[in-house]
Amino acid sequence: MDLSFSPEEIAFRDEVRAYLAENLPKRISDAVRNGTEQTKEMAEEWHAILNAKGWLATTWDVEFGGPGWTPVQKHIFEEECCRAYAPRIVPFGLNMLGPVLQKFGTKEQQDTILPRILDGTDWWCQGYSEPGAGSDLASLKTRAVRDGDHYVINGQKTWTTLGQHANKIFCLCRTDPEAKQQEGISFILVDLDTPGIEMRPIKLIEGGHEVNEVFFTDVRVPVANLVGEENKGWTIAKFLLTHERTGIAGVGFSMQSLEEVKALARKVRRGGRPLIEDPLFAARIAQAEIDLEAMKITNLRMLFKAQQQGAPGPETSILKIKGTVIHQELKDLARRALGPVAAPFPGSMTDGNIMFGPEGTSNNAARYFNNRKTSIFGGSNEIQRNILTKTMLEL
Amino acid sequence: MDFNLTEDRRMLQDSLTRYLGDKYPVDHRNKVAYALPCHDPAKWDEMAELGALFALAPEDAGGFGGTGFDIMVVFEALGRALSPEPMLGAAMASRLMTKVGADQEGLLSGAVKYAVAVGEVEAPYELDQIACTATAKGDGHVLSGRKSSVYGGQAADVILVAAMLDGKPALFEVQASDAQIAGYPMMDGGGAAEVLLDDTPAALLLADAAEALTDALNAGALALCAEAVGAMEVTHATTLDYLRTRKQFGVPIGKFQVLQHRAVDMLTEIEQSRSITIKAAAELDGPEASRFVSMAKNLIGRAARLVAEESIQMHGGIAMTWEYPISHYAKRLVMLDAQLGDTDYHLSRVMAGLRAA
Repeated sequence: MDLSFSPEEIAFRDEVRAYLAENLPKRISDAVRNGTEQTKEMAEEWHAILNAKGWLATTWDVEFGGPGWTPVQKHIFEEECCRAYAPRIVPFGLNMLGPVLQKFGTKEQQDTILPRILDGTDWWCQGYSEPGAGSDLASLKTRAVRDGDHYVINGQKTWTTLGQHANKIFCLCRTDPEAKQQEGISFILVDLDTPGIEMRPIKLIEGGHEVNEVFFTDVRVPVANLVGEENKGWTIAKFLLTHERTGIAGVGFSMQSLEEVKALARKVRRGGRPLIEDPLFAARIAQAEIDLEAMKITNLRMLFKAQQQGAPGPETSILKIKGTVIHQELKDLARRALGPVAAPFPGSMTDGNIMFGPEGTSNNAARYFNNRKTSIFGGSNEIQRNILTKTMLEL
Repeated sequence: MDFNLTEDRRMLQDSLTRYLGDKYPVDHRNKVAYALPCHDPAKWDEMAELGALFALAPEDAGGFGGTGFDIMVVFEALGRALSPEPMLGAAMASRLMTKVGADQEGLLSGAVKYAVAVGEVEAPYELDQIACTATAKGDGHVLSGRKSSVYGGQAADVILVAAMLDGKPALFEVQASDAQIAGYPMMDGGGAAEVLLDDTPAALLLADAAEALTDALNAGALALCAEAVGAMEVTHATTLDYLRTRKQFGVPIGKFQVLQHRAVDMLTEIEQSRSITIKAAAELDGPEASRFVSMAKNLIGRAARLVAEESIQMHGGIAMTWEYPISHYAKRLVMLDAQLGDTDYHLSRVMAGLRAA
């Protein structure tokens, strides 16, 4: 056994670290550090910087413009991006649709769509969940009916993340209502400019606008926009859910959060001493740190296995469950460390003269509430437990 | 990065696991584990012949292992079989003897059984609270005081004792026959002893032994973590078997989601336990050994209790019986927390690191 990175991997890490130090604009990393809502412009600017270096589409095959990294290199890149407070890469086009088209798309789809994802011409969003189809995604009802060279789509999608920035959406639609649930679904690409589409914002728990609902009324989409075979969309959906899970544990983000909590607990004073010297609070930090330290190794173990076997196994659901719980605990500690001064509503931390809380600690309550989403999205932690029950426990 | 065991370690683990599975089943274990000497001397000799003890020491000390990973491999196998053999004392004594350059032939061959006596009644874990004293007498020293919870002490020939000499914890070798030893079986099987010292002759091994003792305690805690990982995996697998076969309301109870999800949570904590044990093993000879061992012992204290309590609950009444193996695994998993520093003690060591940073 050997837990260390190889000399080549360490050289790669140093290269990434140096590149980020040189090329990640401070204005952007400051915004990430402060937890302010990330703008479309910021994301596009950061994507363009990475694309110029050839490091944007980390999950893509080399022939389509991927960097050809190993799972370990991808992991190192993600960790370094977190360490540097780089914005998250917006995943819908790059890490979801991109790999889908490379596996299931026609040559023409690959040639026309992939370059536009890379250069930022298109911003894709995801049309999966519906009001009546969350964890039970296969019960989705949005209909696509064949009419000559078109599908006519009617229905509603929801939880469409950053849909307000998007010009395209990939959707799961029911094309055969008679077939067994999973067998009548197709994966269809839709231009959001098409007549009959309406996108409405959903205001989230902390007041932010991150997700949307999308209404489809007699939306006509060319049949050429079908990906893969008609009625075989569930295969693609499953591929998407199991593909590319190296980052699912969110270890880098939790390490970032742990450092924030520690720094905050050193700065905040309670009872005449730094909060970090309060045994009750220190015990909570220490326990989260221990769980995270174990998570780092669990993550590496699964990465190692994925590298050896060529694909991640079902046990990666463990990473999702435990990784999100640890991250949520750290976000809770960051909120609690501030005590009552976590209360001001985002944007109300100052009246222009005095700050209501310590410098650089705004939005901790908002971030805590926002992060309750992580154990719900991407297959809720309960769905992950169902998956593990079947695949690992064989019950 | 490589999470595969080396060929040598895998072979050792396989042969030890196979031996214990074939020759030392749990019902035999239960016959010997709860009455003095709380182990099976003949089986001890056979395990020594397999090389289980040689794996605990590095080559220049006469062994063929001695790293954290060697300790991990041996104790995980012991944990799977719930072995009551006094291996913990041997592992800790070997660390100490390697540090002082003492001859380990007797220890590694299994001919001489060692136990390590650090803790006391009012200081079960803390080196800086030791009350047992050493005094120079003639050419050697004599020790006075009481050492408590000396694991394997009921069967030991030689006891390595921590006692205060000139204000520092020092390390001595005491012949068991020279001390008053009150051995007893433990709740979870296996034995320990209270060691009463009253001007007991002792050979000084190391005058300033704080560092060596810390290392031995770290190695011992790592061994317990690995043992727990082995025992947890067997407990979990047994519980899953039960969920598949036990029927109530006309279906296997493993079809009930409430039990499925709890069984998944056990799996998650066991994987986390394995991970942190690997980390502690990797760091055992490094500068941050205490920090990572404490992380491991804390996490495993929590996880082992969860696995023990959940496995009993999910089995129902059958796991409350002496006859069913899970009851013994559960006892071991709960009780090992208090050996060489419990969940809270090790959490406080990690917390101390937060303040220092």
